[in-house]
Amino acid sequence: MSLVDVENLSIRYGANTVLSNVSLSIDAGEIVTIVGPNGSGKTSLLRAIIGAVKPSKGRVTLGRDVRLGYVPQKLHIDPTLPMSVARFLALPHGVAPAQIEAALKQAGVPELAMAQMSRLSGGQFQRVLLARALTGDPQLLILDEATQGLDQPGSAAFYQQIEKVRRDTGCAVLMISHELHVVMSASDRVVCLNGHVCCEGTPEVVASAPEYRALFGSGTMGALALYRHDHDHAHDASNHTKKKAAE
Amino acid sequence: MLDDFMMRATLAGIGVAFAAAPLGCFVVWRRMAYFGDATAHAAILGIALSLALSISVFAGALVIALVMALTVNLLTGRGYAMDTLLGVLAHSALAFGLVAVSFLSGIRIDLMAYLFGDILAVSRSDLVVIWGGAALVVALIGWRWSDLLTATLNEDLAYASGIDPKREQLVLTLALAITVAVAIKVVGVLLIAAMLIIPAAAARPLSRTPEGMAVVAAGIGSISALVGLRAAYVFDTPAGPSIVCVAALIFAALSIVGSLRTST
Repeated sequence: MSLVDVENLSIRYGANTVLSNVSLSIDAGEIVTIVGPNGSGKTSLLRAIIGAVKPSKGRVTLGRDVRLGYVPQKLHIDPTLPMSVARFLALPHGVAPAQIEAALKQAGVPELAMAQMSRLSGGQFQRVLLARALTGDPQLLILDEATQGLDQPGSAAFYQQIEKVRRDTGCAVLMISHELHVVMSASDRVVCLNGHVCCEGTPEVVASAPEYRALFGSGTMGALALYRHDHDHAHDASNHTKKKAAE
Repeated sequence: MLDDFMMRATLAGIGVAFAAAPLGCFVVWRRMAYFGDATAHAAILGIALSLALSISVFAGALVIALVMALTVNLLTGRGYAMDTLLGVLAHSALAFGLVAVSFLSGIRIDLMAYLFGDILAVSRSDLVVIWGGAALVVALIGWRWSDLLTATLNEDLAYASGIDPKREQLVLTLALAITVAVAIKVVGVLLIAAMLIIPAAAARPLSRTPEGMAVVAAGIGSISALVGLRAAYVFDTPAGPSIVCVAALIFAALSIVGSLRTST
């Protein structure tokens, strides 16, 4: 039984189709990474899984009693809102202090419980977000470009923390990442998205797929890739005609 | 005790301060200041309609404020930036309201009383409505408190916790319409937003928790009402604006103290 089953999912905002016919399932304990250029529907896919957007077609099925932990892409807390880290973790329904302590420890920031959210650095903030996702003891951890705004060592340390969390808790991880070198080393499975699933498989399989190379170039495992958008690429062309037909 | 007009005025001011405090905190945290203004300005149209139809001013203002707030909710994210949209709606509502009032021939109404409040003329039945409305607002926000806070932090975090942020937005909209309706008599439509924002903003440097900020804001609002009314009596100044002036002075003093404390 999968944790999440996405079947033939399509998402449309007005006349704009951002995802068409995407199918995906996540099994217990695996790390799945979604890559794709800007505007390829990565975030929309995650938001559909957490229930923040309704599918236009297809469906998202969560396994029975599956606990999700979600780390959003970016989060702006207005500095006029006074809130301690512990309180932030306990919202909305209350979490036992021991659990908050454990989650902060797992996320690598045990000392921050009493700190004010508005005083955190970028790296601390991301780890607090991770800790918040861990308070519910999730079976599936969902991260939307969680290292945005972190420097190279900061983001490397963050991904090491994620791997450690996976080792310790055995939770599955579904994440979006722009950092292809990280993706390629850490993931069990990579899904390359561009409005639809371009290609999918182990990192080695995806890195050598022509669809992936068309999007990310064929550098050293994608590490030096530019986000090139090829309009003569077959998948793109079909995608564009579909869009026209929809209009 | 309630025979004294100063006592009734003071109680009315404190009632409004209590309703405005928790709501005002959310208005500040969610950057909805202009939204509060637009809703309050629309109330003048509600007043004109209720005078024309000879119904309760509270009811008229409540309905039109609610319609206004719902319209803003509906139109957000449809082409215009929020502040442009609110600029159009707030000032149009005020203008239409003022024009509508001018059609009411035969009834002589004191427009100033609705624009800036008429707290010294608060009657016993006004007090019942003000305190009833304030209790409703505090109960509503208290009931939804945790969900409102989560939705204020981030919409997607709210969804992931099984909270619908759109529903929470509606709760705030309803609370705002009620607050506007009960605050008209006290500070008038032009200064309602001030009673929402200034005490909450002044409370920020003294607070370490969201609840603390709401409680301190209620205290600052109440002190502003007490001192403002006293000052209006002593200096013979308009009562509503005097209350807002005191709140503004408290804000300035606490901001200076706050910035001195963080810089040392």
